[in-house]
Amino acid sequence: MSEATVKGWDRQQMADRLAQEFQDGWLVNLGVGIPTMCSNTDLGDREITYHSENGLIGYGPVLPAGQEDLHLVNAGGQNVSLKPDSCTVNHADSFAIIRGGRIDVTVMGAYEVAANGDFANWKVAGQKGGGIGGAMDLAACAKRVYIILEHVTRKGAPRLIPQCALPVTARGVVTLVATNYGLFAPTGTGFRVVELAPGMTIDEVRAATGAPLEQ
Amino acid sequence: MRSKTFGSFAEAVADIPDGSTIGIGGFAAPGNPYNLVKALHAQGAKRLTCVANTTGGAHQPRMPDIAMLVENGQVAKVICSFTAATRPTDVLPFTKYYESGEVEAELVPQGTLAERMRAAGAGIPAFYTPTAVGTELAEGRETRVFNGREMLLEYALPLDYAFVRAWRADASGNLQFRLTQRNFCPLMAMAARVCIVEVEEPILPAGSLDPDAIHTSGIFVQRMVVVPPAPEGIWAVRRQERAK
Repeated sequence: MSEATVKGWDRQQMADRLAQEFQDGWLVNLGVGIPTMCSNTDLGDREITYHSENGLIGYGPVLPAGQEDLHLVNAGGQNVSLKPDSCTVNHADSFAIIRGGRIDVTVMGAYEVAANGDFANWKVAGQKGGGIGGAMDLAACAKRVYIILEHVTRKGAPRLIPQCALPVTARGVVTLVATNYGLFAPTGTGFRVVELAPGMTIDEVRAATGAPLEQ
Repeated sequence: MRSKTFGSFAEAVADIPDGSTIGIGGFAAPGNPYNLVKALHAQGAKRLTCVANTTGGAHQPRMPDIAMLVENGQVAKVICSFTAATRPTDVLPFTKYYESGEVEAELVPQGTLAERMRAAGAGIPAFYTPTAVGTELAEGRETRVFNGREMLLEYALPLDYAFVRAWRADASGNLQFRLTQRNFCPLMAMAARVCIVEVEEPILPAGSLDPDAIHTSGIFVQRMVVVPPAPEGIWAVRRQERAK
């Protein structure tokens, strides 16, 4: 292999791989950051409705400057577009949709994911307070919780670990994790390898993972 | 009936006493009552408890927000779903006041925050929710199992005042919000003893709005001020959208 050989997935490819799991007719909530990129994925004729926590159900692409409607934002504050079946509701109704179990999948970023399905994404080590937003409601109540994150920290420490060290967002809820190294499913004791990203070997991924890898 | 329409923001917030609990609507820019917050900044009430989704200050140019009231020494406590930015590397203006202990904060999951105000407005003193069970937020607090699932007890959050921004209103205070402007605004209006609204369009005569298309009943609205043209008024939307 030459040095130019592609190893792993980039951010859009991580999002694309998870988006491929979305089924026709699903109501999907995307967290800010990389998860938002799932809405760029071409899913053919599958009809996906995106829910934004600020009370927007069914929205389209972000509009270019000058064409946007400044009364209309998604959860990331981006000026998105309406679709023919779009609907706006107040915050209590938006979270009734979430708490009532109508969200088929929520996709979020995280700092850590544990083998037992716990994950942490609202507070970093030593921080007073944090940023919860809608994450705890979504994590506790969506039918499925998918996570997208870099496989290791900037310092090279694993983010897929036996137990979360940081305060958790919810316990035992994560079913699928996309990283730049591949697609993984927490099993309770480790992570099952669903798919390796191009150019990655199982030994490389095992060395970068804090919990046992299962095939 | 005494008119609910006030001539200025200053007049609408003049009697707010020290120690009040004030809900400030908005999610990102839509629904944010920037003009009312600016007037409260000038009015100077102190030891306030402010309730909102965030403390503000995440974007340039700075808009009148909770962080500005904090910087002005007016705030004792905030109740919100973010005390820090989504990206931990971003530092919010609020952070140093919180970390130094100068201002207290209560961090609440966003759906719980909304429901606590809805409950207050609906005469419900408390409720159980699955949100935050098993997290640091639930430590030492009452939980109960319903249908085999552990739930966390949360209390209603009544407000003394609500500041919200609406698109249209009639003289009796019936409100319409446009697109994602609604967010927390109707819930804060319900939860408050006094709801003060900044309205983008001129106040319409009673009977001008379709009764089936009203988002907040005038029952929940006590005071209204029409946002004047810029630069006197703060506009986060463009003129062509106001005309729609």
